[in-house]
Amino acid sequence: MNKVVKNAEEAIKGMSDNMTVMFGGFGLCGIPENVIRVLAQTQIKGLVCISNNCGVDDFGLGFLLKNKQIRKMVASYVGENAEFERQMLSGELEVELNPQGTLAERIRAGGAGIPAFFVPAGYGTEVAIGKEEREFNGKMHILEHALTADFAVVKAWKGDTNGNLIYKYTASNFNNMMAMAGKITIAEVEELVPAGQLDPNFIHTPGIFVQRIFQGVNYEKRIEQVTTSNPK
Amino acid sequence: MGLDKNQIAKRIAQELKDGYYVNLGIGIPTLVANYVPENIEVTLQSENGLLGIGPFPTPNKVEADLINAGKQTVTYVDGASFFDSATSFAMIRGGHVDLTILGAFEVSEEGDIASWKVPGKLVKGMGGAMDLVASAKNIIVAMQHSNKGQSKILKKCTLPLTGVKCVKRIVTDLAVMDVTPNGFKLLERAPGVTVEEIIAATEGKLIIEGEIPEMKL
Repeated sequence: MNKVVKNAEEAIKGMSDNMTVMFGGFGLCGIPENVIRVLAQTQIKGLVCISNNCGVDDFGLGFLLKNKQIRKMVASYVGENAEFERQMLSGELEVELNPQGTLAERIRAGGAGIPAFFVPAGYGTEVAIGKEEREFNGKMHILEHALTADFAVVKAWKGDTNGNLIYKYTASNFNNMMAMAGKITIAEVEELVPAGQLDPNFIHTPGIFVQRIFQGVNYEKRIEQVTTSNPK
Repeated sequence: MGLDKNQIAKRIAQELKDGYYVNLGIGIPTLVANYVPENIEVTLQSENGLLGIGPFPTPNKVEADLINAGKQTVTYVDGASFFDSATSFAMIRGGHVDLTILGAFEVSEEGDIASWKVPGKLVKGMGGAMDLVASAKNIIVAMQHSNKGQSKILKKCTLPLTGVKCVKRIVTDLAVMDVTPNGFKLLERAPGVTVEEIIAATEGKLIIEGEIPEMKL
């Protein structure tokens, strides 16, 4: 078993036009910077991207958006990106907006082998249009379908050569479920260690979900809104 | 006249109870954290994966991997925990969060809420708002009573909905109201604001019973 690849270029081998690709992260927190950077240098286009957000104009998935590599975006909140809004309103970009918890659960379900499930979120709103509705315990629910992807690209803090992953603070977000939902899951990590060096008690994503792993370089870790308080 | 944003937050903070797990939306709701009464302990949930939000960090403690749902840098308190988004929304959908406080463009007398989309204008997305309003045990909306003379407390929402029949209580710059089967029940008025002014600013059905007290801030 060898899951370790050299870098992002090697990790995305086999990715091609019109594939469905999941990208972990919430805003710019916990995004796979290395893979996005390298993908933006390829000619791969027509991608269906599943990600909670779509980066900002000059970072994250915003790079792929600017290059028009994304055909369809499945997300929950895209408010920080003017180019996104422009492409969506002009019809160049197809967009499917999901309630955030529904998006998270659709991905988890995809990875867990559950094809569909009922949730109350979105009932009575435009999200419910065309979806089966059913009452459970006196409350209305709508049917949501699982999501899977040709590739899932996630970012972790630490990983080992078996693909076990640990996230830092709030950078787990969508990464943990997306790792489960990719036919091929690529994990880029800040620190890659030999198997046996991470405490098995504290693994977030078990290695079975990860097919390719590499140690990323030059993490910028950009912050969307630096908010501080005064030292006491 | 009426309350400013901080005063709305201060009034809402009076709804908090010891031991509550609370999700605060972006905007005015975030300010509620500044007014938690000293004798009670509440735990703030951030739907991107943090239970136990602390204050903003000092400049030397800013951490890119530690943000709230508004993508602002934060800290965490002792006893906090981090988790993924599916677990986070299991807390919300599963009814484990006691109180959700969020903003709105409009609410209706049936408790419908519109807070995420203005057709043809800004495209942002609903984020976690639809999940929160559909599942929270208790929802308080923090909002302006009207905008440029147009009431936002309506018979029916005009904008795309975030959720139906879910809002329990509304705190605006003018009043505190409950959503009841018969309409908005006026509970309190902002200091210096008259019942007549509230009636004039409310399009939906307003129920006024007896003397309406002023808010205590």
